[in-house]
Amino acid sequence: MSSGLLFAIVGCLLFVFGLGGVILLDHLLRRILAFNLMGSGTFLVLVGLAQRDGTPDPVPQAMVLTGIVVAVAATALALALARRLHTGASNPPPPANPTCRDDRHA
Amino acid sequence: MTLHLAFDSLLAVILLWSAWQTLVTPQLDRAVILYIVFGLLLTLVWARLDGPDIALAEAALGAGLTGTLLLDALAALRRKGKQPSRKPSEIEP
Amino acid sequence: MLTLLAGLLVSALFDLPPAQIRLPVFVADHLAESGVRHPVTAVLLNFRGYDTFLEVVVLLLALVGVLASGLPKDRSPFTGNVLLQALARHALPLMLLAAVYLLWAGAHQPGGAFQAAAVLAAAAVLFELSGIRTSKRPDPRWFRRITSAGVLLFFAVAAAMLGNGALLQYPPEQAGFFILLIESGLTLSLAVNLAAFFLLRSTEPGDAQATDNEP
Repeated sequence: MSSGLLFAIVGCLLFVFGLGGVILLDHLLRRILAFNLMGSGTFLVLVGLAQRDGTPDPVPQAMVLTGIVVAVAATALALALARRLHTGASNPPPPANPTCRDDRHA
Repeated sequence: MTLHLAFDSLLAVILLWSAWQTLVTPQLDRAVILYIVFGLLLTLVWARLDGPDIALAEAALGAGLTGTLLLDALAALRRKGKQPSRKPSEIEP
Repeated sequence: MLTLLAGLLVSALFDLPPAQIRLPVFVADHLAESGVRHPVTAVLLNFRGYDTFLEVVVLLLALVGVLASGLPKDRSPFTGNVLLQALARHALPLMLLAAVYLLWAGAHQPGGAFQAAAVLAAAAVLFELSGIRTSKRPDPRWFRRITSAGVLLFFAVAAAMLGNGALLQYPPEQAGFFILLIESGLTLSLAVNLAAFFLLRSTEPGDAQATDNEP
C-alpha cells in the first residue's frame, strides 16, 4: 500500500465523519466544522488516488489548492450567516439614508 | 512495513483522532482548537504526499485564517449568549 | 449506516485498476511552452486557467455575501497587549517580504499567487489584532475596489488573448510575462479579499466593543 492509497482511505473516513457530523450534530458552528472536514476528506481522496502509484501529479494538486481557497471563502460566508442568524433580527438594519447612496459606510 | 509507511500510518491515526474529537468533544472552544490542530496535521499530510504548494496554502488558510474566523465567531456567539434578550419591539418588521 | 457507507467507500478504493490516463506525463511534455517551470503553477494559470478565474469570482461573491450580512460598525481598535505589538512590528515586514518572494518564486518552485495572498492576508489580520495605531482607518470601499480590480485584470488579460483564438490563449513566448502579471494582480486582490473576510465581518448591534485586555 502506498502512502497515496493510505491517505485516500483516510480521506474517505474523514468524509464519512464529516457527513455524520453535518447530519447528527446540533450546533451550527459544529456543523460548519463537520462540513470543512468533509471538504478536507475530499481533497485527500483527490490527491491520494491520483498519486497511488507514488508519482506526484500536479493537476489534482492545483484543483485542491483552488478547493482550499474556496473552502475558506465558504466558511467565512457560513460563519457570517450563522452570526446573522443568532442576532435574532429578521433583516439587517435599513440604511440610514433612504436614497441608499453608497457614500456612507457602516 | 517500511519506515515511511509506519510514519504515514501514525500520522493518519492522529489525523483521524483529532477529526473525531473535533466532532465529539462537548466544549465548543476545544472543538475549534482541535480543528486548528487538524489543519496543521493535514499540512504534514500534504507534505508527505509531495504537495508543498498545498501544504503552504493549508497551513496559512486552512489552519490559520479559518481558525481566526472560527475563534472570532465563537467569541461573538458567546457574547451574544450573555446579552439580555432583545425586546420584540426592537426587531425591524 | 455511516459505517456501512465508510466500508463501501474504502472497499471501492481497493478495487481500482491502474490509471489509464497519465496526466503528469502530459503536463511535463507541455511544461516548456507554458511559460513557467513549476508544474502546479503551470496547471493553475495556464492549462486550467479558467478554473482559477472562476475561483477568484467565487471569492468575490463570497465577500459580497459577507458584506451583505451586515456591515462593520466603526469600532474602537483592539487594544492588544504589548508583547503582541512588539511581535507584530518585527514580523510584519518579514511577512511582506515573504509574500513577495513567494509570488516571484512560484514560477520555478512551490509558491505562487495563492500562497503569497495567504501570507499577506495573515499579515493584515495580525496588524488589526495587535492594535497598532494608525492615523486613520482605511476606507472599506477600497476593499471592494481592489478585490474587483483583481478579477477585472484577470478577465482583461484573458480577453486580450482572444486575438489568439480563445480566451486565455497565451502566446508561448510571452506566457511567462502574462502569468506573472495576472499573479501579481491576484496576489494583492486575493489578499484583500481574504483579509476582508475577517476585517469586514459584521458587529451586530449590542455586540460588546472588542477590547482585548486578556493576558
